[in-house]
Amino acid sequence: MKNTRGISKYRRLKQFLITRFVFLNGILSIIVLGLIMAFLVYNSFKFFSSYPVFDFLGGKEWYPTSEPEKFGILPLMAGSILVSFGAIIIAIPLGIGTALYIGELAPRAFREIVKPIIEILASIPSVVIGFIGMTLLAGFIKDTFQLNTGLTAFTGSIMLAFMSIPTIVSISEDAINAVPASYRFASAALGATKWQTAYRTVLPAASSGIAAATMLGLGRVIGETMTVLMVTGNSPRLVFSLLQPVRTITGTIAAEMGETVQGGVHYSALFAIGLILFLITFFINYMADKFVNRTR
Amino acid sequence: MISIANNMNIAENINKKKLTQKVFSLLLLFVTLIVIVFVFGIIIYLIVKGGSALTWEFLTQKPSGGMKEGGISTVIIGTLYLVLGTLIFSLPIGILSAVYINEYARKNRLTRIIRLSIVNMAGVPSVVFGLFGLGFFVIFLNFGRSIIAGSLTLALLILPTIITSTEEALKSVPDTYRHASLALGATKWQTIIKIVLPRAMPGIITGAVLGIGRAAGETAPILFTAAAFFQPNLPKSVFSQVMALPYHLYALVTQVADAPDDKKWGTALVLLLIVLSFSSIATAIRARARLRKKE
Repeated sequence: MKNTRGISKYRRLKQFLITRFVFLNGILSIIVLGLIMAFLVYNSFKFFSSYPVFDFLGGKEWYPTSEPEKFGILPLMAGSILVSFGAIIIAIPLGIGTALYIGELAPRAFREIVKPIIEILASIPSVVIGFIGMTLLAGFIKDTFQLNTGLTAFTGSIMLAFMSIPTIVSISEDAINAVPASYRFASAALGATKWQTAYRTVLPAASSGIAAATMLGLGRVIGETMTVLMVTGNSPRLVFSLLQPVRTITGTIAAEMGETVQGGVHYSALFAIGLILFLITFFINYMADKFVNRTR
Repeated sequence: MISIANNMNIAENINKKKLTQKVFSLLLLFVTLIVIVFVFGIIIYLIVKGGSALTWEFLTQKPSGGMKEGGISTVIIGTLYLVLGTLIFSLPIGILSAVYINEYARKNRLTRIIRLSIVNMAGVPSVVFGLFGLGFFVIFLNFGRSIIAGSLTLALLILPTIITSTEEALKSVPDTYRHASLALGATKWQTIIKIVLPRAMPGIITGAVLGIGRAAGETAPILFTAAAFFQPNLPKSVFSQVMALPYHLYALVTQVADAPDDKKWGTALVLLLIVLSFSSIATAIRARARLRKKE
């Protein structure tokens, strides 16, 4: 009798420890996200305490090595926004069009071929896409628009558009598949063609999922680093044209972190723009999540 | 008379409808083809340009002469080290995390916050993971720029992928398996280890392979945490820096003046082939698991 009780006690303790340990792993994503936030704030503290916040958020010049140093985020912000909006405007018709075609109109066999191809696109490393953009697309852009350089915001927009397409297609297609078949039958019974059904019934019904897909695509584009670093020309000047070289927030961090003094103001400033980037993407993902939940 | 005119109208309408249907179907087909052509264009172009560079010497020699000569053998091995490290850190943590969410967690606010964190973690830009890796692993924990710091950073990056795919796999295990095991007197943990996880293994492996495919191709997270610009010999320990394919390609293309073209295209092709082989392995495992389930 005594013996069995001993075993069950040991068993219970073991079970208890395991449960705690599994729980710790379960909440790890919260801990990591918190730590990321904490370290971005902690490392950008030196910058915010030594450089006026207004000059940072309203400054039109980013010259970290000039005397005195200038850390205005506006040119980088403008670069990120130009490239991202260019990309998303190209990606929306391509991505949603593809999702609608393979989800509604295409024969089943065609769809089974296209989906893995789009998964392949998602797995191509960004540095490879950047290299292709530099060697193939930049020359084409330069000749077509007769520019001094083909490394422009627009070049980045085109490459990034394709990089966001897998996200947009797969999530839009999920939303399209989630539309009940009865909607399609009702539409067809009223004499609508497949296209009319797709356009007037399925698309509106799937709209919040498609909005979420677009937001997630945008998040992917704003956070993309290597491709923009390689193809957008890396010029931190404040411009408002897609056909000029720009420098994005991500590109600035990647390009300058290697040359800074650890713990210096410039180093800290790069963490500060990283913090801004983190907050922007966090907001975009939060919005996307809201759209997704609305579908459910 | 009137009815004939009406009939003609209807016929005309139907023709018009059929025409719009055709036009828009073709338009969307065209849009889809643009995406497909882009993907195949990149792959074929890389094979054509890089194929001739893929010699035995290129794959088996160390880089030399300031990266302008020699091959990429140690660079490939460096990438494999990083990927292996990433897997060692992320797989157990990711699986246990998914086990908690699917097997232990109740439907409450905490679970909702955990899910939200995973979604948000998946959306954190890779360069931000790089910054965090630099601040936390390289400096705060004093690992320095090293394989271990880079692997840990990449592990965090692919954690959402592993958690999500493991969770899907766990969900697909029928509850009857769990009930049967518990009814035989097994504890919850024994049930998970001996019954649920083996059953979910194909899904978990698929997620792991997808994750390391991504890790192998990432540049930004290892830029400040692990990657060496030029260090042709193999790393001595997990605390050494290491050369890796994506950063090597970036350096060849943007940092080395007049690097030979065949080295660039060859490196790009090798990187693409490694990443694609990971993703096709994942696809194959998934397809096999699906077939088996149908039987």
